[in-house]
Amino acid sequence: MKALWQRLLGGLTMFVESVRMSVANITQNRLRSFLTILGIMIGVTAVIALITTVSGVSTSISDSFTSMGAGTMSVAVTGNDLQAGLTGDNLEQITALSHVTGVIPGVAATVSVARGDAYESEISLAGKNPFYFSTTEAVARGRTLNPIDMDDAARVCLIDSDTVAEFFYGVDPIGQTLYINSQSFTVVGVLADVGQSITEMVSGSNAIIVPYTTALKLSGARLVTSVTVYVDGAAASQTVQTALENYLDALFSYEDDTYEITTMDSIQETMDSMLSMMSALLGGIASISLIVGGIGIMNMMLTSVTERTVEIGLKKAIGAEPAQIQIQFLIEAFLLSMIGGVIGVGLGIALSAVLCKAMGTTFTLSYGAIALGVGFSAAVGIVFGWSPARKASNLSPIDALRRM
Amino acid sequence: MSESSNVFFHMRNIVKSYALGDEEAVILKGVCLDIRRGEYLSVLGPSGSGKSTLMNIIGCLDKPTSGEYILNGSLIDDLTEQELARIRSREVGFIFQNSQMLPKLDAMKNVELPLIYAGVRPRERARRAEEMLVKVGLQERLHHKPNMLSGGQQQRVAIARALVTRPTLLLADEPTGALDQTTGAQIMGLFQELNDDGNTIIMITHDLKVARNARRMVNIIDGELSESEEATLS
Ligand SMILES: Nc1ncnc2c1ncn2[C@@H]1O[C@H](COP(=O)(O)OP(=O)(O)O)[C@@H](O)[C@H]1O
Ligand SMILES: [Mg+2]
Repeated sequence: MKALWQRLLGGLTMFVESVRMSVANITQNRLRSFLTILGIMIGVTAVIALITTVSGVSTSISDSFTSMGAGTMSVAVTGNDLQAGLTGDNLEQITALSHVTGVIPGVAATVSVARGDAYESEISLAGKNPFYFSTTEAVARGRTLNPIDMDDAARVCLIDSDTVAEFFYGVDPIGQTLYINSQSFTVVGVLADVGQSITEMVSGSNAIIVPYTTALKLSGARLVTSVTVYVDGAAASQTVQTALENYLDALFSYEDDTYEITTMDSIQETMDSMLSMMSALLGGIASISLIVGGIGIMNMMLTSVTERTVEIGLKKAIGAEPAQIQIQFLIEAFLLSMIGGVIGVGLGIALSAVLCKAMGTTFTLSYGAIALGVGFSAAVGIVFGWSPARKASNLSPIDALRRM
Repeated sequence: MSESSNVFFHMRNIVKSYALGDEEAVILKGVCLDIRRGEYLSVLGPSGSGKSTLMNIIGCLDKPTSGEYILNGSLIDDLTEQELARIRSREVGFIFQNSQMLPKLDAMKNVELPLIYAGVRPRERARRAEEMLVKVGLQERLHHKPNMLSGGQQQRVAIARALVTRPTLLLADEPTGALDQTTGAQIMGLFQELNDDGNTIIMITHDLKVARNARRMVNIIDGELSESEEATLS
């Protein structure tokens, strides 16, 4: 019992002493140690920055999905020969389904806009309904669209600040006339700058919004082919989808391929899996640099073993066991790698904070990523330190001493 | 005390050879040697005769090609690297030909080194290292690095390092080879004291005058060992 205790204490003493010797060796060759850990440092930085940034992007995507309303679904309608889309009445009937809070028809067109001498083609225009304005705080000034605008297919529009700057420099646009595809429209409101949100990056922003009935006329279509259905909570999503399917099946005489319903959940799932695939791929590439870093450490340790042959031989001659020598070199490789890893974690966090700021996504510290970075560098130190340490422990003391 | 318990080590027909291309260089040609506890032996021989090779085998740094070597009752050939390291750590104190010290460590740290691998704790380590350095007369030089010490002082640090583990056997390979006569004489005096205290000492030298300091003397010529007829000082 006492002997075992003595051995444990002796082992601990040895261990502490090994750490001390390793630290001395690392700090004595500062430049070389720094160059050695550079690879690990860059690798860990890359891994942390990637994971944090991708998770930031994915958080803001799912946030914007949530803000669009949980359980929201979009419907693409091709219809049949009798009716190749949805009428205003159809939209009202869908709105009347239980758990449906509203629908937004999506009618998009590219138009030319003119006022006085100013002219611009290729402007993106969207047709919306009053419900659209209850899902977004998109209006800075003036009024939104109302049901009468819809029924009358009124020639009124809301324009964004870029369009204001282009056509109404120094003039209050509200109440002014704008020519869209040569037809006169009255500006009734100005859209707010909502900033570069992920949704806009995905779907593109609209310069002009008009009643959807008006937009149908402008685009030469008669019927709505795309509509977003809002639901009063994710729980009702399945019920609404079934009701919607029943309604559309009946509307299009149970013919095949007349419509397609995509729920936000499924879009989000696809997005999520795409993002995680991307982060796995990028993470894989980043971990290659960790392996390269590991090889750097191995190289340095092998050089170090060769340089210290005499020292190792002498230590063995005065009683160091092979395992004691091996542990000392392993600790040195481990410490080197860990120093690189810890610096890399710091740099990675700083870099991802900067990246998240630049991309406008929220920065959240991922403890998983930190653990991964530190764990990975610890593993790299041990794996790549193993064979040099082994080589050192197997050195023959005689050969070493003959070099004296 | 019975005869056998007094035998410290026992060598029979020790052969050491190296393969040199197709030929075989036989360095030790069947050496037989018995040492009792407390003996002070010098091994005298010209350069290249195999003295260091023999010392390496005695100190368990190297294994013989053939022959039987029993140290303290255990057959060396049967032991693992780790067990050999334990013997070097506990039983043997080495003084190498060039008093090899680690250049980055001061005298204290160099002397403490064997104690680190023996698992001795820091305070005890420092105490014993200092005690040893005082014993070899270096109390003024505890924290000098090797490059700040003279050859004789370095040799004394090496002796302190060899003795700090309280080995049963002190092996010295040409301990006075690099020293002037006065310093050499001081070291010899120290050896005499150590032997008087009961330490077993084997000293290797090519110098007959130095060899005469020991109580028993053997000659080694071209790998063959013989008991010397020459009278020693004591
Ligand atoms: N590893 C080795 N391979 C081949 N020959 C060796 C080796 N080690 C020592 N020798 C040879 O053994 C002989 C004796 O060497 P050594 O024991 O160092 O002599 P001494 O210490 O008596 O001067 C020398 O001729 C030397 O060249
Ligand atoms: Mg020699």
